[in-house]
Amino acid sequence: MNWNFDVLPDFIFNGLSLGAIYGAVALSLVLIFKATTLINFATGELAMLGAFLVYVLHMEQGIWLWLSMAIAMGLSAGLGVLIERTLTRPFDPEDHLPVVLITLGLFLIINAVAGDIWNYQVRILTNPFGKFPDWVPSLGGDRYVEVLGSRLKYQSIGIWLTLALALFALSLILNKTKAGLAFRAVSSNVESARLVGVHTGRTLGFGWAIASAFGTLGAVLVAPQLGGVNPNMMATILIYALAGAALGGLDSQGGAVLGGILVGLIQAVLVTWGGVVVFGQLYMSILQLAAAFLIILIVLLFRPAGLFGTRRVERV
Amino acid sequence: MVDDVFDEVGLKVEDLHASYGAVEVLRGLNFEVAAKGVSVILGANGAGKTTTLRAICNMCSTSGKVTLGEEDITRTGTAEIVRRGVAHVPQGRGTFPELSTMDNLMIGAYTRKDGEVRDDVERWFEIFPRLAERQDQLAGSLSGGEQQMLAVARALMCRPRLLLLDEPSLGLAPLIIEDLFERFGTLNKETGLTMLIVEQNANLALEMADYGYVIESGEITLSGSADQLRNDPAVQEAYLGA
Repeated sequence: MNWNFDVLPDFIFNGLSLGAIYGAVALSLVLIFKATTLINFATGELAMLGAFLVYVLHMEQGIWLWLSMAIAMGLSAGLGVLIERTLTRPFDPEDHLPVVLITLGLFLIINAVAGDIWNYQVRILTNPFGKFPDWVPSLGGDRYVEVLGSRLKYQSIGIWLTLALALFALSLILNKTKAGLAFRAVSSNVESARLVGVHTGRTLGFGWAIASAFGTLGAVLVAPQLGGVNPNMMATILIYALAGAALGGLDSQGGAVLGGILVGLIQAVLVTWGGVVVFGQLYMSILQLAAAFLIILIVLLFRPAGLFGTRRVERV
Repeated sequence: MVDDVFDEVGLKVEDLHASYGAVEVLRGLNFEVAAKGVSVILGANGAGKTTTLRAICNMCSTSGKVTLGEEDITRTGTAEIVRRGVAHVPQGRGTFPELSTMDNLMIGAYTRKDGEVRDDVERWFEIFPRLAERQDQLAGSLSGGEQQMLAVARALMCRPRLLLLDEPSLGLAPLIIEDLFERFGTLNKETGLTMLIVEQNANLALEMADYGYVIESGEITLSGSADQLRNDPAVQEAYLGA
């Protein structure tokens, strides 16, 4: 076996940037899970739709990329509110099956509609960190800095900074605003939240809005790594994000982000040694997907609450 | 239906039915709570005490009529009932374990739009210094007594007209219970806050209350002033351990 350490930093950097995106999608899952104990299976497709909105606004309408992203995040947030209001609120929150089925249905519908409008071929979406001033040293298409003898792409740094900024904004919203306090209250104890006068439905809608906007951001950032946008772009990413959320703890926001990053790293290590060297290129993606399932399985078996989640203790 | 017993009625409940699924827990309750007074509902486990308070706040499926002051709140949503001035301290305290003590108090004032929220927080910190010491701690890490104090303070942060207390003594040490009930008494005398307390600890509750009801199997079987109830042989036997 050829343990090639030279390429490891490359893969770690890649793992960290993919992992950060898994973390963003995992966070989107956890925001809704913590408040409703529901897994929103439509998370990925909503994010994909958001990425296509950016595609339409930026590539077709020529609106500045970052403005397009802001508009798309706003529209995703609105769509999240709409879904909460029309598709989930009419159902008994104690009864999970109908709502889980609805999110699964949304997954299929959004995917089919997107496929119908944009078909399933990959469409190039401008890389938000693809162009840098000329003085930035370049090799090939991607700009980079040299770290540990490897290339740390500016794209990776851009992804980290953007997500760090988004996380900071999220923590401000959750910790410094009244709506954020209400959302944390609903997440902690729905019944008591009602008893202090919080309209839980509206507050959950607020959570859906933030989660959807976050998902869209994740999808736009991941698009360049997938070659562009396509209706199936988020399917596997959702699975990695689920693995990350399970690993970090489904009710821990920080845990979700870290869990996502860890999954990205595990993946990177698999690509470096397991995938390329041991199993050959062909089985690489299958192996990565299997690893995600394996992580979910191991976590559920040995630490169901995840690394940072709270164990559910029923007090009588 | 019932003649008003009190000069001024804070809460009036008429023919209140409530059920969980097929199980009918309340079978036509009629009772009143005097404005600015303390009323107590006594009853054994499973008699329907907690459900009564939940039904008042429209937290379970009900029929009948609930009137707060002059307003019919039977069909009003829970959050809106709180906005009308009803604060409910549920059984098991119902604090937000993952929120800090301070955030628990701040969310208690969620319905308020005035600028005196911070002043109220300071006031509760003066009344319950333990809460001030623990203001940055998560509510889930407080002791049982501290959590009960927090639950009460949080409920009062919305400046209610009516306070519903569900077994405030549950799981607390006797000394703490006495202290707590003393505070309830002071609060009622000083602010004229109307209170409806549901308790198994009949001795303590009747000491503080003006008026009381006994609930059995979802029906009010006895009512009277606190003195009347205390001297009632049936109450003494069933609830006062005489």
